[in-house]
Amino acid sequence: MTVIHDRPGNPAAGDADRPIGYGRIQRKEDPRFVRGQGHYIDDMVLPGMLHGAILRAPVAHARLVSIDTTNALAHPKVLAVITGKDLLALKLAWAPTLSADVQAVLVTDKVRFQGQEVAFVVAEDRYAARDALELIDVEYDLLPPVIDARKALDPDAPLIRDDLEGRTDNRIFDWEIGDEAETEAIFAAADVVVAQEVVYPRVHPAPMETCGAVADFDAVSGKLTLYETTQAPHAHRTLFAIVAGIPEHKIRIVSPDIGGGFGNKVGIYPGYILAVVGSIVTGKPVKWVEDRSENLMSTSFARDYIMQGEIAATKDGKILALRTSVLADHGAFNATAQPTKNPAGFFSIFTGSYDLKAAFCKVRGVYTNKAPGGVAYACSFRVTEAVYLVERMVDILARKLDMDPAELRLKNFIKPEQFPYANKTGWVYDSGSYEEAMRLSMKMAGYEELRREQAEKRERGELMGIGVAFFTEVVGAGPRKHFDIVGLGMADGAELRVHPTGKAVVRLSVQSQGQGHETTFAQIVAEELGIPPENIDVVHGDTDQTPFGLGTYGSRSTPVSGGAVALVARKVREKAKLIAAAMLETRPEDLEWEKGRWFVKGDPGAGKTIEEIAMAAHGTMTLPEGIDGNLDAEVTYDPPNLTFPFGAYICVVDIDPGTGHVKVRRFIAVDDCGTRINPMIIEGQVHGGLTDGVGMALMEIIEFDEAGNCLGGSFMDYLIPTAMEVPDWETGFTVTPSPHHPIGAKGIGESATVGSPPAIVNAIVDALAPYGVVHMDMPCTPARVWEAMQGRPRPPI
Amino acid sequence: MQIPAPFDYERASSVNDALELLARHGPESRVVAGGHSLLPMMKLRLARPEWLIDINDLFELDFILLEGDHLRVGALTRHTALLESAEVARLFPIISDAEAVIADPVVRNRGTIGGSLCQADPAEDLSTVCDVLRAVAVVRGPGGERLVDMKDFHRGPYETAVAPDELLCEVRFAVRPNSGSAYEKVERRVGDWAVAAAGAAISLADDGSVDAAAIGLTALGLDGTVAEAEGVLLGQQPREELFVEAGRVAASACDPIADQRGGIDYKRHLADELTRRVLRLACARAAGTQEG
Repeated sequence: MTVIHDRPGNPAAGDADRPIGYGRIQRKEDPRFVRGQGHYIDDMVLPGMLHGAILRAPVAHARLVSIDTTNALAHPKVLAVITGKDLLALKLAWAPTLSADVQAVLVTDKVRFQGQEVAFVVAEDRYAARDALELIDVEYDLLPPVIDARKALDPDAPLIRDDLEGRTDNRIFDWEIGDEAETEAIFAAADVVVAQEVVYPRVHPAPMETCGAVADFDAVSGKLTLYETTQAPHAHRTLFAIVAGIPEHKIRIVSPDIGGGFGNKVGIYPGYILAVVGSIVTGKPVKWVEDRSENLMSTSFARDYIMQGEIAATKDGKILALRTSVLADHGAFNATAQPTKNPAGFFSIFTGSYDLKAAFCKVRGVYTNKAPGGVAYACSFRVTEAVYLVERMVDILARKLDMDPAELRLKNFIKPEQFPYANKTGWVYDSGSYEEAMRLSMKMAGYEELRREQAEKRERGELMGIGVAFFTEVVGAGPRKHFDIVGLGMADGAELRVHPTGKAVVRLSVQSQGQGHETTFAQIVAEELGIPPENIDVVHGDTDQTPFGLGTYGSRSTPVSGGAVALVARKVREKAKLIAAAMLETRPEDLEWEKGRWFVKGDPGAGKTIEEIAMAAHGTMTLPEGIDGNLDAEVTYDPPNLTFPFGAYICVVDIDPGTGHVKVRRFIAVDDCGTRINPMIIEGQVHGGLTDGVGMALMEIIEFDEAGNCLGGSFMDYLIPTAMEVPDWETGFTVTPSPHHPIGAKGIGESATVGSPPAIVNAIVDALAPYGVVHMDMPCTPARVWEAMQGRPRPPI
Repeated sequence: MQIPAPFDYERASSVNDALELLARHGPESRVVAGGHSLLPMMKLRLARPEWLIDINDLFELDFILLEGDHLRVGALTRHTALLESAEVARLFPIISDAEAVIADPVVRNRGTIGGSLCQADPAEDLSTVCDVLRAVAVVRGPGGERLVDMKDFHRGPYETAVAPDELLCEVRFAVRPNSGSAYEKVERRVGDWAVAAAGAAISLADDGSVDAAAIGLTALGLDGTVAEAEGVLLGQQPREELFVEAGRVAASACDPIADQRGGIDYKRHLADELTRRVLRLACARAAGTQEG
């Protein structure tokens, strides 16, 4: 009999050459996931636990006239029904958002989007809680909704945020960056200028696991333990202390296994707060887990940018300047999770990978009667929108100039010797080797051959398209002086303990939602100390057990916490050096390091392994001065700059001319994320992001009808791609280490989501060139492609 | 987890038992087989039956039998069984064509032909297939068994001739010589409901002319087959101009609505395009059987 424990350990690397450090090893966390032994929020059962359910508004905009909870309270299994009025008394009816706005926890005055939280029922089981929602009588006085962002500032537009003092219209902000006059001067003198409206419609991260919480308030100790689907447990702890008035040392946030985040689980949703209130009110633990429709209709969406793009160039294809004006739909509350001082996140990197003379961008944010959110779905704080805009504009320019889009990009890349490169909107790109990546992707694709095939097919009336996209990501926020979440600086801590027998535990401030932290971070320690990864336990997701830090989003875990972990391991290594010197009765400066061992220079036989040193550190020998026992250390890493991963993507599509149906035939992705810790995990991240890209390019959109009804409230309506819609991914890589990062790593989590939509749309537009199509907006459904072929492409919103 | 409204559940042990349970629990009871249409609607609380009568133990309704000039398919036959049947593929390739694009393997392993027909979703592929094949439904109730032609079976969206106290037991397909059939659909994504689809069945006379023709459209606002388009082909030698004309007629005959899957003009275009495609393939298949 073969039991699972007997199977070969790692097909990627034989036991003999299993890397102690970086390399391709299977994920340490996977055995529990593949055996169904993961532990998610909905797996949690606490003694006496009750269940909550949220009554949500069926309409988008309405004055709340009355709520009658009598019948719900009469349900034999219902223990409490909480309304906005109850929360007003507790000063919890409104909570701060991550963008200096407030959001209603429960409606007190007015419904502002369909699906908004109106009341919270706590019952003995989740069935009773759900049934009792139908027993609550709510009277609404309907108001006209604002659905079209383009009309949000019309003089007759209804005012959505009458709760905010002094507010007279639906404007949230007007923001701009770059030199407007300089840009205008270059545009005025340029040989060629092209302009295009480019829409990135509202989409949803749709993680496999929806959001949920189990709140357990102990009235005796006053301690709140909150199990949550959160990507940022430490930031949540501080926010709960501020919002709920519970002392921070009495709050423990635990983020167990998370079934996908993609930015959907950064913010604090009303459901989390309501679970806490429910637990305080009933004195019992309360579980709340939203269903799929609730997740799609009420939690943080992504994108929703209407971008007017302009690009200026010389007639021989030297790009001179970029300009854009954006209308951003932020929904009913400005709840964008974004860490900068500006309200458009990292969108100002819309200058892309090109050496420009000038750039200017302005963004206007407006309220509409839609769910709040705005930064989510692996978007790197709106780099997704920025890259999509510039990569569409470069392709449109290539068409105008009748140049090959790959050649046009090669002609305009920032050159390796120009790094660090200061762009025109204030970013300093740390490093890059763009032409190398572009050429590799073209070689992998067989670019010339593909163009020949395309020409032949066009002769026969077949529609084949080749799309090229190049992206520069910007990830790994801090530095803390420039980046914060509600005032909390974006640095991250790490603690490392090496036990007496040489086994280690490393504690992180970031939390995995599937990225493989338990493996990657063990490998970083392994690389630095020579302790095998299987002997290193990674602890994360529990604020009582881990050092403070800002969490996992914006591809920041490896750039920030990865730096922290490398540095804490080096600190331990230096401590080990002092102890080894004492053990070897020599001076520290006479020792040399090889992976796992300090030895005497020139006498390799005289040395001490990290295991021997660990035992000595905890033993009885006299330790050198300044070492007070143990082999532990902790650090906080405040990154000196962001990191700038990049990549070159090529997509090949075939379109059925009779139906408009798009088939993605091939996709070549060359990524450069600097130092590669575990290539298998990197490839997995890339595969996931590319699949996301296919979803956004071909099918995903959260639409609303004129009344504000969300038309994407289930997986029957909100489509996400399956294995049938994606090709076998062809991945490649170059390595350009970050010069400022302790191990040269740059982050990979969102690169493919950022880079793939423009490659796919560029391929589709390229395929449709015989029909004169210059641009079409996502999602490229068969109907929308056909409309573009008829010469009447239309914006999705 | 989406939670349906409260309901009671009984598991039928035979067709007679199922009929008794339906009679006992009245019109607020619903039969559940694969459950892939009914259960999502219950979870969204769009359907709120008081009783579910589970017929998954009625193995007597799970069969594919060729008897004389009829293929008999039990109502509890799973999509996968239809897709994998060589006999079905040989006699009625339209069924194989359609089954290959119905949902995904997980759904096909569970969903049944009877459930598809009785759910009567306007975008249901098998409804069109059965229309096109002029199938006959075998329905049993307290008064015994009755046969219902497909043209009388569907009574509009989500409505059928099966009364609340009756059970669809079997679908019969007449095997015709020198026949060919085909189905094609356009969907936004595998597993999504059809944007539009078309099916056709053609029988050829000895001289190669079209002896019988059926053309059906899915999700395009039509009940039954498109007689006007069928008329274009009858008695004629199959050829491209006729397919084009039939497509044109089908496009003008259909009555689609605009939704997230597409606008009216696109759907009319698909009626035309897909009608031409399935006619080409069905006629080629019919000619192939003739030669074979």
